[in-house]
Amino acid sequence: MTEERLPTVSSEGPGPTPERGGGVHREGDGGPSPPRQVESSSVRLVATLAVAGALAGLAIVLVYQWANPRIEAWRAEVLAAAVTEVLAGADRYETVFLEENGFTSVPTADTSALDRVYVGYDADGTPVGVAMVGAAAGFQDVIRVIFGYDPAAAEVIGMQVLESKETPGLGDKIEKDSAFVREFHGVETPLVGLKAGRETGEEDEVVMITGATISSQTVVDIINARVSEVGREVEAYWGSTALRSAVRTPPPKGGDGGPAGVADASPRPPGGIP
Amino acid sequence: MSPRETTAQEVLLRGVWRENPVLVQLLGLCPALAVTNTVANSLAMGLATFFVLVGSSTLISTFKRFIPKEVRISAYILVIATFVTIADLVLNAVVPEIHRALGAFIALIVVNCMILGRQEAFASKQPVGRAVLDAVGTGLGFIVALVLMGGLREILGYGSFLGFSLFGPDFQPWIVMILPAGGFFALGFILLAFGWWEERERVSVRPRRWPHGVRSRVSEGEFASTGTGAG
Repeated sequence: MTEERLPTVSSEGPGPTPERGGGVHREGDGGPSPPRQVESSSVRLVATLAVAGALAGLAIVLVYQWANPRIEAWRAEVLAAAVTEVLAGADRYETVFLEENGFTSVPTADTSALDRVYVGYDADGTPVGVAMVGAAAGFQDVIRVIFGYDPAAAEVIGMQVLESKETPGLGDKIEKDSAFVREFHGVETPLVGLKAGRETGEEDEVVMITGATISSQTVVDIINARVSEVGREVEAYWGSTALRSAVRTPPPKGGDGGPAGVADASPRPPGGIP
Repeated sequence: MSPRETTAQEVLLRGVWRENPVLVQLLGLCPALAVTNTVANSLAMGLATFFVLVGSSTLISTFKRFIPKEVRISAYILVIATFVTIADLVLNAVVPEIHRALGAFIALIVVNCMILGRQEAFASKQPVGRAVLDAVGTGLGFIVALVLMGGLREILGYGSFLGFSLFGPDFQPWIVMILPAGGFFALGFILLAFGWWEERERVSVRPRRWPHGVRSRVSEGEFASTGTGAG
């Protein structure tokens, strides 16, 4: 029966018949109607996308080659600014890496996978503290914090937020509220975060921001976690001969053989900064 | 296709205002809501999208004869994604602070349906010159819409414009405007104003020079969008 049904009037040749559900063009369905459009071969489809993909990859690699040194330089700049910010009085800093037997400024392994801290020196070459970077999930997203640590006194001497997406006007006060940032100057570790009005004047207290308890507490937690993680190694390095001898070597003379090869650090941070 | 060929000038200008991608077609709302809390962010997002749109339209219109129709969407996405990656790297290298503020939304330009829509509906069917004009017009329209939103939100939410304080220290910022909710408020009020203005134009006694509203243009086919309004 269906074969006898008349197709709908179609001036431009074999159009879709009602049985096919008007408008849906199904090609190669058998029968007399030829395909409306020639299909491309699979080889051509794959070849087109392969060539386009290869060209796209090439373009991205070229741009990356140009952009990457600039991005790295900017990151180094940001880090240098942050280190001098949290280590008040630091004139330059040196990256030290955590290896199996403690921190060292001359790592033997590939440095990219190693944990690291930054030792800050003042203009005379006296170490002023150690800057560490830590991160943890805040209220919105990961908060990254850099803080200055004085290993001799086990005190935090400065804090700066490197990265946060906390709520504007509330959580972002952890970076913009200068009273909160100033809290992290000369507090004993481990820190204790207290709500405003409950402080008792102890040395380890940080007064949190009203309305941003989670963000403030996260900053406190990051610092505590980081100190408990590497605090002991940092203290060991701080008291070690490597640091002391490096410090006592007068930078301009440097005639006595160079005790640990540390003193040749340039006034500005060297490369290899993440 | 259409009884009257649209002139080059119309192709360029309609995307800016009369067929503005955000304010009339409601395309590309995701970035329009997400990153328009300051004028600087809006401008950067607008310029990045503009670059991607013009680049993709040019390339796709040039090579439209070599792209088999079965893989055309994959090819468009490939081209768009390449331009987005380039824009992402360049922004990161040149204006890292703004790149950080925009975050993941630069990468998400890939799925901005406004861009894919222009490729499918216009660039893949039109000569290169007209495709570029269309992309420039649509891209400018996107920038206009984003800066409108960013301006409104920054003025109310921070009391400043492009970082310059406007009202002095006594201003109490309307913080909700820079939060996500503020994006919806700003968009809603701008669309309201736009609709009101369009309605007033329509009922005015002066003879119309061309039909207002997008619906009359859709029938021309040239403008039919493939986007479903998402993204």
